[in-house]
Amino acid sequence: MAYSDKVIDHYEHPRNVGSLPKNDVNVGTGLVGAPECGDVMKLQVQINPETGVIDDAKFKTFGCGSAIASSSLATEWLKGKTVDQALAIKNTDIVTELALPPVKIHCSVLAEDAIKAAIADYKKKREENTPGDAVGAHAQPSA
Amino acid sequence: MKLPIYMDYHATTPVDPRVLEAMLPYFTDNFGNSASRNHAFGWVAEEAVDKGRKQVADLIGAKPKEVIFTSGATESNNLAIKGVAEMYREKGNHVITCVTEHKAVIDTCKKLEKQGGRVTYLPVQKDGRIDLDELRAAITDKTILITIMTANNEIGVLQPVAEIGAIAKEKGILFHTDAVQAVGKVPFDVNEVKADLVSLTAHKMYGPKGVGALYVRRRNPRVLLAEQISGGGHERGMRSGTLNVPGIVGLGKAAEICQTDMAADTARLMALRDRLSEKFHQNLDEIYINGSMEHRLPHNLNISFAYVEGESLLMGINDVAVSSGSACTSASLEPSYVLKALGAGDDLAHSSIRFGLGRWSTDDEVDYVVDKLTDVVRRLREMSPLYEMVKEGVDLSKMQWIAH
Repeated sequence: MAYSDKVIDHYEHPRNVGSLPKNDVNVGTGLVGAPECGDVMKLQVQINPETGVIDDAKFKTFGCGSAIASSSLATEWLKGKTVDQALAIKNTDIVTELALPPVKIHCSVLAEDAIKAAIADYKKKREENTPGDAVGAHAQPSA
Repeated sequence: MKLPIYMDYHATTPVDPRVLEAMLPYFTDNFGNSASRNHAFGWVAEEAVDKGRKQVADLIGAKPKEVIFTSGATESNNLAIKGVAEMYREKGNHVITCVTEHKAVIDTCKKLEKQGGRVTYLPVQKDGRIDLDELRAAITDKTILITIMTANNEIGVLQPVAEIGAIAKEKGILFHTDAVQAVGKVPFDVNEVKADLVSLTAHKMYGPKGVGALYVRRRNPRVLLAEQISGGGHERGMRSGTLNVPGIVGLGKAAEICQTDMAADTARLMALRDRLSEKFHQNLDEIYINGSMEHRLPHNLNISFAYVEGESLLMGINDVAVSSGSACTSASLEPSYVLKALGAGDDLAHSSIRFGLGRWSTDDEVDYVVDKLTDVVRRLREMSPLYEMVKEGVDLSKMQWIAH
């Protein structure tokens, strides 16, 4: 299979590989996919609580080159975006940018799912930790 | 050392220059049709075909008349299985095979089922071999054929064919074996194996593509096959069509060289294979060899590099030709059914790489492949969420994954 230059570039020089502190209340973690399906993505966002802007994003991916490229690209796009802007990223944007062939579209879907899961995790943590909420204030951040 | 490196000798092999040299005159000067009985062009071609037939027969301990030329092993497998099913219809309709067979056998058996036949697909054990007790238990009074491969194309595992042949003989059932990966690589004798039908092909043993053979036993018992291609009645009426004379010359020469060089080749390839395996084990943790090491082709290694996906591994070694059991590298988008059958889990199938060494593999190539792949595995593990979780002490099997 021939890969696009952009997929190869992300595979060879992945952006933002790594992990953010998952227990930090300002960090949202999304873990999607399954080992037996051949791809698992972990995508994390760190959100500035004052501005609601994503100021850092990291990923780790088990998967083919296109899955690695999709998640690498996603972290690149996420930085500097608000939560709402991040949620507006569509898998088709990733398909277009990376010129993914039809058999690799599921990689872009997984990346979109990972973004949504990371932000959902962040929102959940924020709600649990909202000051004044007697229950939330004492809740431990979920691991 | 020349790049790219070819380490995919189970897929196909280059034509040995000695084979090519033997073939060339039969494209031009000696172009005759071996069925032309009334002139010299035909006689020369016929003589060449007879020689090829003897060379193939000698390699597998058969009589020349028992060798039927075909277009390759897919055709040989089709002819053997469909030919027996049709010819012995009165006797029964049950065939026994196994789940790790090549698609040319599995899909042929599926076709028989569609036509009302019954097929038992034996499972394999962890080491890739069938359980002989399960084979015995699967036999019924309607069983007409057992078809089990000699060596697997992905994991190189050798089935206990001599034992299978003995069971088949005892029960009066025909035994076919797809020996494509084994013939010319390890000693194979139709009488020791008690095989009635054997498929082989030229391009897996340094001959040309597009020519193969089916061994069909003529005595004890005399095996009959219903023809699958009708026409001029060539090849004892079992396979019509003008013979591929240059191809047959090439197959014959390839067989002769394999026979002469087998002992030396085997020793050399085993040393290379062990070097490959040892170096990987020195460099990396959590790597798993798929299939039995004891009962295995000398030139095969199949390793799962846990927590990294096969296609991404291949992408990192684009100057090395190997193949993977990962879903992403297969046309069906399913991980290798052979590795799945070993019961090690789909994730290990996704992480597998098959190394096929061959006549021109060298120590330098092995070292290059190990170094390169080690780097890629380490790099990809650094970006693998699974590797990170395992290092943090998470039990991946206890995780709730969201399959998609």
